[in-house]
Amino acid sequence: MSQSAVKLNVGMPVALLLALMSIGLFVVVALSTGETAQLSWQGATGLLQRMVALGLVALGQTFVILVGSIDLSVAALISAVAVLASHLMQGDPAMIVPAVIACLGLCAIVGFVNGALVAYGGINPLIATLGTGLIIQGVLAASFGALQGTVAREFQILAYGGVLGIPYPLLLLASLSLAAAFVLDRTLFGARIYAVGGNPDGARLAGIRTERVTLSAHMVASLFAGAGGLYLAARLQSGTPWIGRDGLYDLESIAVTVIGGTILAGGKGGVAGTLAGVLLFATLDASFNMLGIDAFLKQVLRGVIVIAAVAVHAVRAKGHVA
Amino acid sequence: MTRVPQTTPSRRRAGRIALNAGLVMFIVLYAAIVLFQPTYLEPGLFMNFLRRAAPLVILACGQLYVILTGGFDLSMGAVATLVVLAASILINGDPEITWAVIGVLYGMGIAVGLMNGLVVAFLKVPSIITTLGTMLLVNGLALAWSGGAARGDLPDNFRNLGRLVWRDVPGLGTLPVAVVVLVGFVTLAWFGLNGTVYGKRALAVGDNPRASELAGAPVAATRIIAFVVSAVSAVTAGILLGGFSGVSVNAGEGLELQAIAACVIGGAQLLGGRGSIWSATFGALSLFALFTLLNLLGLPQAFRDSIQGVILIAAVAVTAWRRRRRT
Repeated sequence: MSQSAVKLNVGMPVALLLALMSIGLFVVVALSTGETAQLSWQGATGLLQRMVALGLVALGQTFVILVGSIDLSVAALISAVAVLASHLMQGDPAMIVPAVIACLGLCAIVGFVNGALVAYGGINPLIATLGTGLIIQGVLAASFGALQGTVAREFQILAYGGVLGIPYPLLLLASLSLAAAFVLDRTLFGARIYAVGGNPDGARLAGIRTERVTLSAHMVASLFAGAGGLYLAARLQSGTPWIGRDGLYDLESIAVTVIGGTILAGGKGGVAGTLAGVLLFATLDASFNMLGIDAFLKQVLRGVIVIAAVAVHAVRAKGHVA
Repeated sequence: MTRVPQTTPSRRRAGRIALNAGLVMFIVLYAAIVLFQPTYLEPGLFMNFLRRAAPLVILACGQLYVILTGGFDLSMGAVATLVVLAASILINGDPEITWAVIGVLYGMGIAVGLMNGLVVAFLKVPSIITTLGTMLLVNGLALAWSGGAARGDLPDNFRNLGRLVWRDVPGLGTLPVAVVVLVGFVTLAWFGLNGTVYGKRALAVGDNPRASELAGAPVAATRIIAFVVSAVSAVTAGILLGGFSGVSVNAGEGLELQAIAACVIGGAQLLGGRGSIWSATFGALSLFALFTLLNLLGLPQAFRDSIQGVILIAAVAVTAWRRRRRT
């Protein structure tokens, strides 16, 4: 299985199609409800900003799913990072750098544990990461009383500042997306991820240390989840132990990755599709708001669209899925 | 030393080991409970323990069908919530129509199960995504229907299914209705897997769908039936939950993951092909005994999550290690 074939057959068309459909939906809804202000530069950047938190998490999720694993611990990790960042900063700008380093260090440890359990322990990734997620969530909820705090005002620039009319969060998402795409498409590590996900036994026979690749992919996923948590902390000023879980970031990041054409078995897909999936979710949210659809119906439609969006390309699959 | 290639006897052996793992864990945990609270040895309290564990055990048995065929069902919790909310709205305190409404509830559950199964089998959407979608959909419908808050009322004859306890039963002392439902459901689920050809098909399909298709097994039908059984178990558990704790909008929250965890703790293998009804039953009883134990120890509610996570990873690590040693 060659990488170029993957890109030609799966990567771009799904991503492009999804992106065009999402933008089309947004424009049609904006025009039909008379909310043409949404179509301005501000409206567009506002729409894109809805993508940031989920987008960051989903980029990391793409790495683990490509390698044939999955990460359910991201939601708890996001909460942990947001709480830890605000606790360490306590509004003091001098603590920004140490706090960020501490948070990313925590993510690296969690990613390492996840990866070690999956790659070396032979534990099913769903169970391993569900378990670590539960552990983090429990510790966080039990100790939250002692972990109050708010982030530094200067840190909130990450969420609210901008340059040349482009908000910083968008720049963050764009640069990390480019970096992720570069790593997957142009580096040896990326090639190994596709190889291990596509055919683990073949990759091992070809001399790749598959366990290390899986472990690294888990660390990447946790670090991206950490970036998402830091962004949320900057935007909300302080973290709570439930922002990750209430945002359904675990299941939604998996959903957008799969919607974007990355297959759960691993080895096929990429960053472009994932971003298109995130864009779809963002435009849906924005469109539902413009149409004034109530919160519960919104959830129903979301459920239908998740299934339909995956069915569109899954239905062509030969053989059976479970 | 040479090993016989994987044939039927070796799978049977795996089944027996799964039974032992779950049962041993349950006995150890229950013994720990008794150590702190000797009254748990009395038949009355044991029956009460079973009564409260009943919904989780029933859910785990349903989830096991889906896990055996290689999938997951994340929509169970949402279905249980829907059942509780729908029952209170439809019955609205009128005991005359309880049984008719219970029929309607099973109808709704079967519809959700059919939808899950048809989407997975024919649209080829992976079950984790499909049932995530139906989870959102069913939860949204239940909340939209009830207006986001519990309303209506459950009459006594509905609630008795979950909370009535018969006194002075010869030989047993007390016998909760929920335990009768539990035993009945587990027996039926056991019969479905061990007494019919369906059980063999489910294991074959979960182990290798392509091979079982070539051998003539109806793969799509096997999958669809598994999702229907899972949804039926969610309805049954929802009815019992409505009896215990009354109406609430988060009656079923998180139950789907507990059910999956229970099956895995008992020794069922995710992605199919291995597991028995005993792995689900004793896995669920172990998990519930663990919750009870943590309550008795007076640990903060929050730590329950953490300890559940540790147990989950440890149980699967042991299974993985044993399997690796065997091959």
